Amino acid sequence: MNDVLDTAWVLVALPLAGALLLLTWGKESDRFGHWIGTAASAASFVWGAVLFVALAGRDADDRSVTTTLFTWFDVGRVRVDMALTYDQLSALFVLLITGVGTLIHVYSIGYMADDPRRRRFFAFLNLFVAAMLTLVLAADYLVLFLGWEGVGLASYLLIGFWQHKPSAAAAAQKAFVMNRVGDLGMVIAIALMLAHLGTTDIARVATGVPALSDGVVTGLGLLLLLGACGKSAQVPLQAWLLDAMEGPTPVSALIHAATMVTAGVYLIVRSAAIYDASEAARLAVVAVGLVTLLAGAAIGCAKDDIKKALAGSTMSQIGYMTLAAGLGPAGYAFAIFHLVTHGFFKANMFLGAGSVMHGTGDDVDMRHYGALRTAMPVTFFTFAAGYLAIIGFPGLSGFWSKDKIIETAFGFNVWVGLGTLLGAGVTAFYMTRLMAMTFLGRKRWREGVHPHESPAVMTVPLVVLAALSVLGGVMLLGHWITDWLAPVVGEAHHEELPVPAIVLTLSVLVVVAAGVALAWATYGRREVAADAPTDREVGWWTRAARHELYGNAVNDALVVRPTGQLVRGVTAFDKHVVAGAVSGLAGLFRDASQGLGRLQTGFVRSYALVLFGGAAALAAALLAVTIA
Amino acid sequence: MTEYLGLSMLLFTIGAAGVLVRRNAIVVFMCVELMLNAANLALVSFSRRHGELDGQLAAFFVMVVAAAEVVVGLAIIVSIYRTRRSTSVDDASLLKA
Repeated sequence: MNDVLDTAWVLVALPLAGALLLLTWGKESDRFGHWIGTAASAASFVWGAVLFVALAGRDADDRSVTTTLFTWFDVGRVRVDMALTYDQLSALFVLLITGVGTLIHVYSIGYMADDPRRRRFFAFLNLFVAAMLTLVLAADYLVLFLGWEGVGLASYLLIGFWQHKPSAAAAAQKAFVMNRVGDLGMVIAIALMLAHLGTTDIARVATGVPALSDGVVTGLGLLLLLGACGKSAQVPLQAWLLDAMEGPTPVSALIHAATMVTAGVYLIVRSAAIYDASEAARLAVVAVGLVTLLAGAAIGCAKDDIKKALAGSTMSQIGYMTLAAGLGPAGYAFAIFHLVTHGFFKANMFLGAGSVMHGTGDDVDMRHYGALRTAMPVTFFTFAAGYLAIIGFPGLSGFWSKDKIIETAFGFNVWVGLGTLLGAGVTAFYMTRLMAMTFLGRKRWREGVHPHESPAVMTVPLVVLAALSVLGGVMLLGHWITDWLAPVVGEAHHEELPVPAIVLTLSVLVVVAAGVALAWATYGRREVAADAPTDREVGWWTRAARHELYGNAVNDALVVRPTGQLVRGVTAFDKHVVAGAVSGLAGLFRDASQGLGRLQTGFVRSYALVLFGGAAALAAALLAVTIA
Repeated sequence: MTEYLGLSMLLFTIGAAGVLVRRNAIVVFMCVELMLNAANLALVSFSRRHGELDGQLAAFFVMVVAAAEVVVGLAIIVSIYRTRRSTSVDDASLLKA
């Protein structure tokens, strides 16, 4: 127990303590509460870095440390320990979550400076970080589920942070409910594990998988995928992500980069043993990833709201990760690699978008921007770094990570590979469009809006994240990331590629260049209208993408309305049949008692008459019997 | 023998009719006494007829109970009269549904 790696619980405890402190301390902490929150997150990051160094100092096959803090519960055959596993995979996640999380904390100090509830905001941010750390450190699916739900709660609180806006409150509920649908899959999967393996310990589940029948393993894989779809906003549970933009922008950055949406990818990679054993479940993961990456990209192309365009982009990029995770041992490491680099550049761009909104009076419509390059130089340059990283500009982090996924996808299947290639082109298109509409071109600023650069407390995190976006690719040097993760996710065996890797890389670059050129020709060179063309003026494809490919309409038609009908039916049944029977019976007795009660006149003489009449009748009856 | 029973029936009928038709509580009360005494007369008659003492014994019980009943009943009537200024049994008809 004297090992430093046994102290992984400190990572969770610090932000959790921060959250509790901020939530319970009174108003006097309003002045410095945000510093407490930031310090808690930063301390967790420092501790994570210390543990990372300690872990890296160990032998490659000795890098997984499981610490049991206490027994959570012990019922019959089931025993669940509150245990944390600190290994290569969780170590990377810890650094990403606390590192990017801390930068977002710092940024929020400036962004939320004028909000009267800033202290509470930081408490929720800390809670979010703590829940996500629990999720990635858990050594047991039930403990993981605890973090999973904690993330759901924190996202609900943060998306609906501006609860005075009905749209924000509705968006928070939507996120919460759609996540519950995914959680259902998780719960059933955990129940299946208990039923068939008698344990929810991740390591023991992994060793128990070979003993299970194919059907159960595939079922587990699909159920966990459902859970992952909910958290990671994958089709068909993607609709909450775009609405979640109602939250303050740092929240979007946190949800999209460091926490929440990465949880689904983490779950799939962590459950590698299950997916390795089931071809069908892996295929489902690939299908979900491919569909989502194209759907997200399509949505990103049509949105004029800068945050929603970025949200579509997140969907698409998470689709890449899910797809890579579905490719088996060849893809797990690249899924995580892309997750980390995406964490850098997406946090960078979301915070950049927040900075733009900060400078333009909380306007999110890109048609009202234009030429912000000169007004907000730092935001522009940092955003440009993120932009180049996401489209895969050679040498930047996104280039390495996405290229590897596309390469692996081609090794799996040519059509899947072509899908990812197309996705890369569309990514280049919508990101260039976003860039051109926001920072380049002519001024389309609304009257009275004077864009200005954000304060240093906001730009410094941007600069750090921009540097990480540019340099994130170093993790691939000498195959470091694949070697590092190999003990957790299995050794990658190289698939035979249909064409040499260099040809693939070049074709990716050509497709990306084509996307950039097309977007530049449409939005860069030509003047962008300050008012969006109406739905009638655009093609059906734009209309569909604007309406998020009718995801909400599908949900409404398939789930919301039938459920509403069902509820109305059940309510009517309850009211007329169940309650009717009860109150009908009560009414019967009430009427009967009122009728009988009328006999009680209160007149003594009438009682006496009844008495005598009764006695006479009795005597007559006796007489009749005696005579007979 | 028949005469005694006839008188008993007559007294009982008068008493029962009085209970049913009279409103004054005192009179109703006296009619109840009349019915009790008619019953007593019948008991004593049958006792004599069968040559056994059971009937006379029962008659004494009835007298004792009637004496006690008179005490309680008159007290109630006096109490009602004090609060309501009336001895009509129809006025005391609050105990109804």
